[in-house]
Amino acid sequence: MNFLEFEQPIAELEAKIEELRYVGNDKEININEEISRLQKRSRELTESIFSSLSAWQISQVARHPQRPYTKDYIDRIFTDFNELHGDRNFSDDPAIICGIARFDNKPVAVIGHQKGRDTKERIYRNYGMPKPEGYRKALRIMSFAERFGLPLLTFIDTPGAYPGIGAEERGQSEAIAKNLMVMSDLKIPIISTVIGEGGSGGALAIGLCDRLLMLEYSIYSVISPEGCASILWKSADKAEEAAEAMGITSTRLKDLKLVDEIIPEPLGGAHRDVKAMTENIRTALALELKALSGCGIDEIVLRRKEKMRNYGCFRED
Amino acid sequence: MNWFKKLLPSRIKTNGAGRRTIPEGVWTKCDECNAVLYRAELERNIEVCPKCSHHARIHARARLDHFLDPEPRLEIGAAIKPVDILKFRDSKKYKDRLGQAQKKTGENDALIVIMGKVKGMPLVACAFEFEFMGGSMGSVVGERFVRAADSAIEKNIPLVCFAASGGARMQEALFSLMQMAKTSSALATLRSKGIPYISVLTDPTMGGVSASLATLGDINIAEPNALIGFAGSRVIEQTVRETLPDGFQRSEFLLEHGAIDMIVDRREMRDRISSLLSIMMHQPAPI
Repeated sequence: MNFLEFEQPIAELEAKIEELRYVGNDKEININEEISRLQKRSRELTESIFSSLSAWQISQVARHPQRPYTKDYIDRIFTDFNELHGDRNFSDDPAIICGIARFDNKPVAVIGHQKGRDTKERIYRNYGMPKPEGYRKALRIMSFAERFGLPLLTFIDTPGAYPGIGAEERGQSEAIAKNLMVMSDLKIPIISTVIGEGGSGGALAIGLCDRLLMLEYSIYSVISPEGCASILWKSADKAEEAAEAMGITSTRLKDLKLVDEIIPEPLGGAHRDVKAMTENIRTALALELKALSGCGIDEIVLRRKEKMRNYGCFRED
Repeated sequence: MNWFKKLLPSRIKTNGAGRRTIPEGVWTKCDECNAVLYRAELERNIEVCPKCSHHARIHARARLDHFLDPEPRLEIGAAIKPVDILKFRDSKKYKDRLGQAQKKTGENDALIVIMGKVKGMPLVACAFEFEFMGGSMGSVVGERFVRAADSAIEKNIPLVCFAASGGARMQEALFSLMQMAKTSSALATLRSKGIPYISVLTDPTMGGVSASLATLGDINIAEPNALIGFAGSRVIEQTVRETLPDGFQRSEFLLEHGAIDMIVDRREMRDRISSLLSIMMHQPAPI
């Protein structure tokens, strides 16, 4: 297990437990009691640390190297997943995974950002930063899903759209904008779940939806805390303050009514218990799909348009 | 300080106005060719240098004033004003930044919407005020843009938008990101009604504005040499670790890569847009 800086007290305890286990195997002294005492303390400590995480600490959990990615959930939540590749114009973008599958036996379409686990895969997945062809592949699958009446489930986990020369040449802006325009009127239910990092327009481009869900320790923001800090504070070192100021956490965004539901994470974060996390997501998605299946598609689209219309805070006098 | 400057009496010292700002004096200098220009002449020329055709930035109201017929004009959404719901504070409070921007520009926020006519053809026109917090898109910009689209739908008349923006307004955090969804959704409705939308991208159009309303025109027009793109050049340079090619993210680069339909000189914008719209609306050619 990798521990983050603020988890060091937990890491020390866990190291101690490991040590005792090793000793226990070595000698014939019964130290199980001591081990379970320490385990209880470690659990309590984790509870207490995770009950009051700062926005910056939550960002670190959201970007944890062991955090489950889209593919980890796809493998566990869906059956008969068939990945569909390519935008039919330029190339396939491995930073976005698309496909069709079954959820509780019902046909659905799935789109999600995909990060890489090791160095090689990280480079292959471009750190989860899509290029225009990724968004255009997603757009193709959205229209596909609409044509065949498949509810669309999207998983958001990206630092942002890729800032590169080729991406600009091929129209990164237009690719994102087009998705927003099409998704707003798409005649299928859309449920989006932020599973890690919701980074700006690159996240929203597959995230315009009827129901927006966030994992408890995921983040969603208009710009990364580092980016915000370097522009407004003129120093990326102020990322901690920027994270706090922007209100990027699930609880804050739920309070602001920008997010519909929070999916609770297992103690210590999703990576500590992927199975439990998967179950929570599955339960949440099943509930949302069931609720949406009770409405006609015209009503769903109408309500989605209303939801988009109501975003924003201003006064009028 | 060189010897000559030392000899100058202090009142003759040149005014060190920064590049890209719009000075208020009688004489002004073109940022591009350094030609000394008569301020009033430059204004008559819609802030385009008569010597080198450099398109300087122009205020939203001046832009709309040149674009629209003198009568009739009805401003839309002027009563919509920004609020600081997040109590956002960086080195300054958002509230104070808003106050300063309002004082500096005389506007309440960064988008002006006016319903009027161009060569007798009714339309809704909006323009970004870049001097207002970099023309950034927050809740007020989003709402005013949607009201502009609503009015266009209600009257069945075209929508024209002149974008000039650094992108989303960070001080409104996720609310500003959602304005991308909000404005794009409004444009989807407009499109479904068969109403034309022309987007004019001016210097600069970046980030969240470029990745939503500004690139969704039935026709996308750019002014010459405008900076247009998604990511800022500094961010790209840091990511790819190479210097960017000459003319990168400029209008001519976008035209070459197929992102825009045409580049139009500001002085011909009225003629060109009215010609395009009259064809799209099946109306006789404007005079």
